[in-house]
Amino acid sequence: MTTTPVLQVRDLRVEIGERTVLQSVSLDVQPGSLVVLMGANGSGKSTLGMALAGHPSYHVTAGQALLNGKDLVQLPAHERARAGFFLSFQSPPDIPGVKNNLFIRTALNAVRESRDETPLDAFDFLNSAKQGAKELGMPAAMLGRPVNEGFSGGERKRNELLQLTLLQPRVALLDEIDSGLDVDGVRAVVELVQRMRAQGTAFIVVSHYLQMIESLQPDQVLRLDQGRIAESGDLALARSIAETGFARAKA
Amino acid sequence: MTSSISPDKPQEEALNQALQRPYQHGFVTDIESESLPPGLDESTIRAISRIKKEPEFLLNWRLAALKRWQGMTLPEWARLQIAPIDLQALSYYSAPKSLKDKPKSLDDVDPKLLETYEKLGVPLHERAKLAGVAVDAVFDSVSVGTTFRQQLADVGVIFCSFSHAVQNHPELVEKYLGSVVPQSDNYYAALNSAVFSDGSFVYIPKGVKCPMELSSYFRINAQGTGQFERTLIIAEEGSEVSYLEGCTAPQRDENQLHAAVVELIAHDDAYIKYSTVQNWYPGDENGVGGIYNFVTKRGLAAGKRSRIAWTQIETGSAITWKYPSCVLRGDDSSGEFYSIAVSNHRQQADTGTKMIHIGKNTTSRIVSKGISAGHAQNSYRGLVRINTGAEGAQNHTQCDSLLIGGHCGAHTFPYVDTARSDAMVEHEATTTRISEERLFYCQQRGIDPEEATSLIVGGFCQAVLEELPMEFALEAKALLAVSLEGAVG
Repeated sequence: MTTTPVLQVRDLRVEIGERTVLQSVSLDVQPGSLVVLMGANGSGKSTLGMALAGHPSYHVTAGQALLNGKDLVQLPAHERARAGFFLSFQSPPDIPGVKNNLFIRTALNAVRESRDETPLDAFDFLNSAKQGAKELGMPAAMLGRPVNEGFSGGERKRNELLQLTLLQPRVALLDEIDSGLDVDGVRAVVELVQRMRAQGTAFIVVSHYLQMIESLQPDQVLRLDQGRIAESGDLALARSIAETGFARAKA
Repeated sequence: MTSSISPDKPQEEALNQALQRPYQHGFVTDIESESLPPGLDESTIRAISRIKKEPEFLLNWRLAALKRWQGMTLPEWARLQIAPIDLQALSYYSAPKSLKDKPKSLDDVDPKLLETYEKLGVPLHERAKLAGVAVDAVFDSVSVGTTFRQQLADVGVIFCSFSHAVQNHPELVEKYLGSVVPQSDNYYAALNSAVFSDGSFVYIPKGVKCPMELSSYFRINAQGTGQFERTLIIAEEGSEVSYLEGCTAPQRDENQLHAAVVELIAHDDAYIKYSTVQNWYPGDENGVGGIYNFVTKRGLAAGKRSRIAWTQIETGSAITWKYPSCVLRGDDSSGEFYSIAVSNHRQQADTGTKMIHIGKNTTSRIVSKGISAGHAQNSYRGLVRINTGAEGAQNHTQCDSLLIGGHCGAHTFPYVDTARSDAMVEHEATTTRISEERLFYCQQRGIDPEEATSLIVGGFCQAVLEELPMEFALEAKALLAVSLEGAVG
């Protein structure tokens, strides 16, 4: 395949405080494709997501991350999101007192505005939000509750998925989206991801959960080790890691 | 219970840039004013009283207040840094000249005055009708015009300027003036009692639920004048009223003094809800200029089952120093205080409430939200007192502080003074800052830091915003966003 990658990460080096967590990471992601990122705890999977999203504690000291040719590294966090990068958080924080629907509508309209689209009014938004919630098996009442406040782990994850489907990013990195989700939730993830891929959204999925990985039909499986991509393969790599663990690969 | 937080590197620079936004109401209306020469002595009082053609009792009351005031000294107990105020350099009366012959209706009012209100967004004309709000606008010391007076009069509600009440309802003024806040209460209350020039007067007769929200907008305009209004609200047995007060002032280099007194009286089963949005000029980012807002507000829940609720959004003023209080004298009466106080740049806010439980089974509830940014200091100071006879008294206080950036401070001074062992007094306090994680989460979804801050602050204040009348809540939210625009980078 010779299409232009939607995301090109080039020799990315990331430090947190004094510590270098990513040594040098490069990867290409094609539109509509799906890359699974595996690796032992502390190998740098979450760091990649945080660094691409622009968290202020993660300092990119070398390299580039081009999204449709635009270097994310040079943009403030909200501009990266508007350019089409979405990070689903491992533990999304709550925002006390702020209603979920207000939060998501504010985000959506910020993104729409940057694409020169007209903002959605509360009514139109609520209709599409309710529709999205329904598809994810999320009660509509959760739209009226404060963002993630008192939500269970699984509810928070569903809320991340709702935002994913409404925001329609070009590239989404899902960090352990399966943790906390029940069987129906995982099924909803797979359905949503495959539908969005068909519409061109590319995915980087961080997960250890082989059954979900198999259902996602990844184009590529990468193993991260000590801040570098140590191995690249297909589903077979995921299966072998699931079977024998990360320790064997190190040897 | 004092906390402050050390500087935080990543956000510091953006913060510094962000905390500089201009005051939006800083225009001066160019109309001729007629003012008394600066200074304060007996002749000033006599002049004010003469200009206003006041009855004898009021002149004597003012003179007595002046005497008390002359024997008092400036209070210094608050956690505030106050540049000395030369009270002899102020003019104690300033009236827009064109009002000398008093307008008969709004049509007679100087269009420039009305324009000022337009800029402030005061719904004096059409918008008042649309919103169903009756507005008593105070421009410096003379009330400009009162809308809806007739419609209110039909149900027996009196809503007018204080001066008008003095001329037309002297018996009510004489009976209630100073009955909640005595002249000797404090330095600024005594000063106000001597020199007050105008304000609002509300009387709700027995059993009447006031058919609309009553609203008064205050604005300090003339240079070098202090504004000393006086508000008196009387709710007779079984009546109800919701009163809204909004304040702005133009931008000037010197500090202006605002020392108002508000008195509320609720008789048996009456309910008074008093809401304030205060957006006086806060001074510039170096702390030059701005209003000194020293106000005494107190409600007397005199009757059985009477209820008084204060809600305030304080975003302006160089210094805010006020404690809207409830004296719960009637059995089963209740008092509420909901407050949002925002201080930015070098603003100082020392605000809170006093709940004085005297009657049996009295309850009070306090929800205070303090937000500090820049180099501002924000103090909550509250007193809950349970007197000997206040069997079954209950209080709940919740006091939350939000810090934005590393150079501001939040302080909590909750005093509890109880003479009874059966009193239930609960106090909860939290201090948080706008967490990097929440901010980043918002940004990751495409929301810029300014809008994210305003979202998070709005959420923090939600419990108080819910207490505001609907149309006011929207305005308050917008004001919060404006006051803190760019407080986080």
